[in-house]
Amino acid sequence: MQRKKKVRRLMAFLLLAAGMMIFFAMNICLGSVEISLPEIVKSMSGQGMDWTKGRILREIRLPRTVAALILGGALALSGYLLQTFFHNPIAGPFVLGISSGAKMMVAAVMVFFMGKTGGLSSVTLILAAFLGAVLSMGFVLIMSRRVEQMSMLVVSGVMIGYICSAATELIVTFAEDADIVNLHNWSRGSFSGMNWDNVKVMAAVTAAAFLAVFFPAKPLGAYELGEAYAKNLGVNIRILRMLMVILSSVLSACVVAYAGPISFVGLAAPHLVKSLLGTAEPVFMIPACFLGGSVFCLFCDLLARNLFAPTEISISTVTAVFGAPVVLWVMVRRRK
Amino acid sequence: MEYYFYTEKMSVGYGRPLIENMKICLKKGEILTLIGPNGAGKSTVLKSIAKQISLIAGAVYLDRQDIGAMSGTELSKKMAVVMTERLRTELMTCEDVVATGRYPYTGHFGILSKEDRRKVKEAMELVQIPEIADQDFTRISDGQRQRVMLARAICQEPEILLLDEPTSYLDVKYKLEFFSVLQELRKKKRITVIMSIHELDLAEKVSDKILCLNGSYMEKFGTPEEIFRSGYLKELFHISLGSFDEENGSMELEAVQGKPEAFVIAGLGMGRKTYRSLQRKGIPFAAGILFKNDLDYPVAKSLAANVFAAEAFEPVPETVVFMAEKELDLCKTVICCRETFGTLETVNRDLLFYARQAGKEIIMPQALFG
Repeated sequence: MQRKKKVRRLMAFLLLAAGMMIFFAMNICLGSVEISLPEIVKSMSGQGMDWTKGRILREIRLPRTVAALILGGALALSGYLLQTFFHNPIAGPFVLGISSGAKMMVAAVMVFFMGKTGGLSSVTLILAAFLGAVLSMGFVLIMSRRVEQMSMLVVSGVMIGYICSAATELIVTFAEDADIVNLHNWSRGSFSGMNWDNVKVMAAVTAAAFLAVFFPAKPLGAYELGEAYAKNLGVNIRILRMLMVILSSVLSACVVAYAGPISFVGLAAPHLVKSLLGTAEPVFMIPACFLGGSVFCLFCDLLARNLFAPTEISISTVTAVFGAPVVLWVMVRRRK
Repeated sequence: MEYYFYTEKMSVGYGRPLIENMKICLKKGEILTLIGPNGAGKSTVLKSIAKQISLIAGAVYLDRQDIGAMSGTELSKKMAVVMTERLRTELMTCEDVVATGRYPYTGHFGILSKEDRRKVKEAMELVQIPEIADQDFTRISDGQRQRVMLARAICQEPEILLLDEPTSYLDVKYKLEFFSVLQELRKKKRITVIMSIHELDLAEKVSDKILCLNGSYMEKFGTPEEIFRSGYLKELFHISLGSFDEENGSMELEAVQGKPEAFVIAGLGMGRKTYRSLQRKGIPFAAGILFKNDLDYPVAKSLAANVFAAEAFEPVPETVVFMAEKELDLCKTVICCRETFGTLETVNRDLLFYARQAGKEIIMPQALFG
């Protein structure tokens, strides 16, 4: 039995890693300009490549693909933390209104400060998103003390999401046209327009957050059993809970700052990964979630770019199509 | 001898004190049972000792160390709990659940060593669950779940075990085995146990100390011999319908009120079933003539409208015989549970003879049961 479990976990990781590599390759190869894999290998070994193709590859496709990989993982991890924190299988940064809160603050900062100072640094955007995420999270936490039912918690999250979206619309309405060119695409969620500077910052933030989540994997496992038992096993519940709130906010803020609100990845990826692994142990779930989120986002971005090329559809449209059925499946399975 | 566990002026409650100034002391290896009516604060006391809720005042000591000052890990190696709250699990087998008891001993990422695995196996064998080791924890029965939880607590290798209603879902076989396991743990590992159970008869048999709670203060703390005195439990639990017999640990429903319609002649424990049958049918009855050491006597006292009894090993006073005859005169039916009477028990034979003379309808208990 123990052996069987080990084999299954190993297979799951191999599958996720293989999926990631395949979709990564497809993402950089496919598009309005096709670049074949041999061409890329050749260019890496120092031989020249068509100049336009090289630029597309280096300055557009690669940063975008790497961003999808990093932010997808961050979203899944954030969703996993929220699901664990609330003991609620349908919690996630989008459902609980955390993404929308972050979006509102980023939009406000963009519109009110961009005009005056010109460009905004990545760090400012992340900080604004973090502030918005924490505000929403605070509201959800207050609600979670008042409502016992899981479903009501989600409803209150959805409501705050609507309020924040309305506020964002309001901000956008009164913004000058020049400001909202970028805003419009971004506020619907998109990986387009990433550059290497963006990728560097998001990689640093996500890597730090990932380590900070992985480090307390053992107490997280105990926390999943229920607070009474975790306490008896010597877990410091208060510190752990605080850590979970901060880390899930940082992760979803990082995503929103760069790619806008993306639905369903945080919600669906942890469930898919869990059934693949056959265990909910955080030591395995945390890295697997990250991989799963990456694969999911790479796959969805591939479709978003290529399905109706040259028109690009918003990433959330694709993630919803594949993510929402997962949520339904989870709820049906729990009824049994 | 030193006390291993003691509390000092402990006050417990949620926010405001429910029970104040508690003093409990236990030697190493003793079993303490908390009893009391629903809502008396048994769980609150257990949770307070386990540091699940903070004490309002006072302190709890383990081995002369204040547990309030102990770190979580330190305490988790000394104290294990089985609470009434369900353990939340996902994709975990029973073995995985038991293995969570090893948490305080595993390394940073909680990987189990060979030694840990062996201890998990041992604990599962002790509570006889190896056959369900690979089943999902959410798909087993409540009784199996309680045994898995006990195994989990055992492999945490505690010095003291806190159990909140650990036997509520166990059938009679596992209930007996559960308490055998506790006694074994005490004998082999000198584990101290504090638990709350509802089975008063078992509480008396298994406990070294009993603590009675009634929702506002500590009623009594003492040995079972001190607590199980006649009439006390009826008072503690505010029993108004029926009765609890401390001597035999048995419960009886409320006696049927009214003028006796039947007179039951019994003795040697042969009348109890008849008494209960009459109670179920709602027929008030009189019982006689019983010696006070007879097995029938406590049941008759609980259920009969009128009992005619005499001191054991003494001749039956004539007044008792006379009163019994008077009562019999008023009854329509006489039920005789005896076929023969002992040499020194002529009174009942005479009473039966008297009933025949009086032309009463005399039936055997089988006629009632049929």
